[in-house]
Amino acid sequence: MTASNPWATPESTESDTANSTVDTQASDPWGGAADADAGSFMSAGNMDTDTPFSLADPFADTLIPLQDWVETFVSWVVGNFRPFFSLIKAPIDATLQAVDVAFNAVPPLMMVALLGLLAWQLSGRKVGIWTVVGMFVLGAVGAWEESMTTLSLVVTSVLFCMVIGIPTGIGMARSDRAARIMRPVLDTMQTTPAFVYLVPVVMLFGIGNVPGVVVTIIFAVPPVIRLTNLGIRQVPEDLIEAANSFGADSKQMLFKVQLPLAMPTIMAGVNQTLMLGLSMVVIASMISVGGLGLMVLRGIGRLDIGLATVGGIGIVILAIILDRMTQSLGQDARERGTRHWYQTGPVGLILKLTKKQ
Amino acid sequence: MSTKLEVKNLFKVFGPNPAKALTLLDQGKEKDEIFASTGMTVGVKDANLSIREGEIFVVMGLSGSGKSTLVRLLNRLIEPTRGEVLIDGENILNVSDEQLREVRRRKIAMVFQSFALMPHMNVLDNAAFGLELAGVELEERHQKAREALAQVGLEPHAESYPDELSGGMQQRVGLARALTNDPDILLMDEAFSALDPLIRTEMQDELVRLQSEHQRTVVFISHDLDEAMRIGDRIAIMQGGEVVQVGTPDEILHKPANEYVSSFFKGVDVANVFAAKDIARRSQVTIIKKDANEGLRTGLQLLRENDRDYGYVVEKNNHFLGVVSTDSLHEVIQKKERFENALLKDIEAIPGETPISEILGTVAQARCPLPVVGSEGKYLGAISRARLLETLDREGTE
Repeated sequence: MTASNPWATPESTESDTANSTVDTQASDPWGGAADADAGSFMSAGNMDTDTPFSLADPFADTLIPLQDWVETFVSWVVGNFRPFFSLIKAPIDATLQAVDVAFNAVPPLMMVALLGLLAWQLSGRKVGIWTVVGMFVLGAVGAWEESMTTLSLVVTSVLFCMVIGIPTGIGMARSDRAARIMRPVLDTMQTTPAFVYLVPVVMLFGIGNVPGVVVTIIFAVPPVIRLTNLGIRQVPEDLIEAANSFGADSKQMLFKVQLPLAMPTIMAGVNQTLMLGLSMVVIASMISVGGLGLMVLRGIGRLDIGLATVGGIGIVILAIILDRMTQSLGQDARERGTRHWYQTGPVGLILKLTKKQ
Repeated sequence: MSTKLEVKNLFKVFGPNPAKALTLLDQGKEKDEIFASTGMTVGVKDANLSIREGEIFVVMGLSGSGKSTLVRLLNRLIEPTRGEVLIDGENILNVSDEQLREVRRRKIAMVFQSFALMPHMNVLDNAAFGLELAGVELEERHQKAREALAQVGLEPHAESYPDELSGGMQQRVGLARALTNDPDILLMDEAFSALDPLIRTEMQDELVRLQSEHQRTVVFISHDLDEAMRIGDRIAIMQGGEVVQVGTPDEILHKPANEYVSSFFKGVDVANVFAAKDIARRSQVTIIKKDANEGLRTGLQLLRENDRDYGYVVEKNNHFLGVVSTDSLHEVIQKKERFENALLKDIEAIPGETPISEILGTVAQARCPLPVVGSEGKYLGAISRARLLETLDREGTE
């Protein structure tokens, strides 16, 4: 773990800066600021001096010991439910391993070609070409392995988000009570800052890639749930009525009417989830998740602007490619001017060529 | 004709506590009073209908009269509050959800005002939708869907998507979708109301044609009297959730049950509603032909006595022969010719089923009231110019 531990080097750099002279501080304007911040943070932490309660300054002392409660609760949960959380980790771990192995086993150039073809099929030739260019740049700047790690983390997270999110969204759409219960939960999940997830996840799941996926799932799942719910609820009432009048049971209603009609909205949700997942995978580098995020974090820590830039650009390229590819999933083939998906892209080309022969 | 679909004492109350509203209704409270005191809406109140097999039964009323609710009660798209709906004598309000789905899949199909076609399916799959729900194999259901599309003349568009078709074509798909299931009962909820008048007439003719090929029981909801008169074998008129009158178009036209019903006919184009046989009168002199040459003089005598110029000659069995005038009779008597020669050549009888709108010109230009004949040449009466004007002026006088 030491190799991927982001704290090891930054800490030493920081102490170096703190111990350095005024001259070096001038050339490094962040050093002093970091020092001052650290000081105030420390003093804010030590608040156990007893002062008599006064209305003039009621918050001098902690009135509600939330910090203690949470600590007690979390340590209780950690003490008693460890096996349960390990159980959750297992499928995520397995999937992540599989995806990671698959991505890293494919030779880079073949991967570039495959992604290019996929992008071409999904979103057209232009996106396909830019995907190839983008991926080539990623490899050329030396971020290929990290990109693959990040990609496998994101793909795994989004996979689980869909597995969890779409059924939950369907449940919300079918029952108003479920929707009422879920809505505040989703609101909380979305308003909670990304950093705040990290602590409990570290306590419950430890550090590394798998907890990183867990925290990404929690952070990224709300949009796909919300938009699945919305998409199904937006299916026109007269189509529901028509399906009912022809004797549709609830399963047929869902799979033959509601889901197909809600698909563009659900896919917009998947797209949003993917984008959130990507941003969280980067933040999750703080709990020792590898990939492009770690490059950025290390770059910040070591004030290595080159490393941070490579990581940052890598994330941006990956984000744009994934966004373009999934955005077009929301449209059906006819909106793109063809009747069926297989009439366009590389598949369409192959079909056309084989037909000619 | 046997009864296919029967509705007995059917009520529908929309609101949180329908039982309370029903009690109030039983106490004789009006719909408006119940709405004012409880906020609940009475959709359908004590409807009783008996719809015969193979007829086109039109339910007519203004918006909010409960006609769309009524038709949805028939296949339980809306759950009735009280009453019975009997299809082939079976009360479908007592059947389980599974049985109800079976009824909807096999016996009763619906066509919607908004077409309600699935936008993600092509025309063929839309037409096969009912059979798909019924679990019919792809091959078979596509075959049946193609047959249904051929019936409505849309087979060439089987691969199109609904949004590529015009409104009229979309509703043909809606009709084909209902026909594919080969249902006994067809519910049509303002099926043609969203179409422009020309297409609407075309679709009405289409429905009547389909009906002549295969007799289904059709319950047709409409707010358009012309439409109701045109296609309906019988019409039920609804007002404020109640069925106020049921009868053939003629009965309703001639004996409206109340002001509301007769108010429908204001603005109705009577020329399209009535046929020649409806307004023909037997007020003209009828000469019964007995023998080849007898009756010439008596006929002339008859005309003179009645001070008429034209006589309408029939056989003993009321079979229509032709029109004679006093002049033509004179001529024949003087020349001692046969009776047949006295018949005026230039006057042709009007078939009884012809709509008045088509005979306006002929009647106006004819020199005498025109005879109207029914099936097998039976004499029904004659239409004079005065009679025609009186009919057209009906709106103003009644």
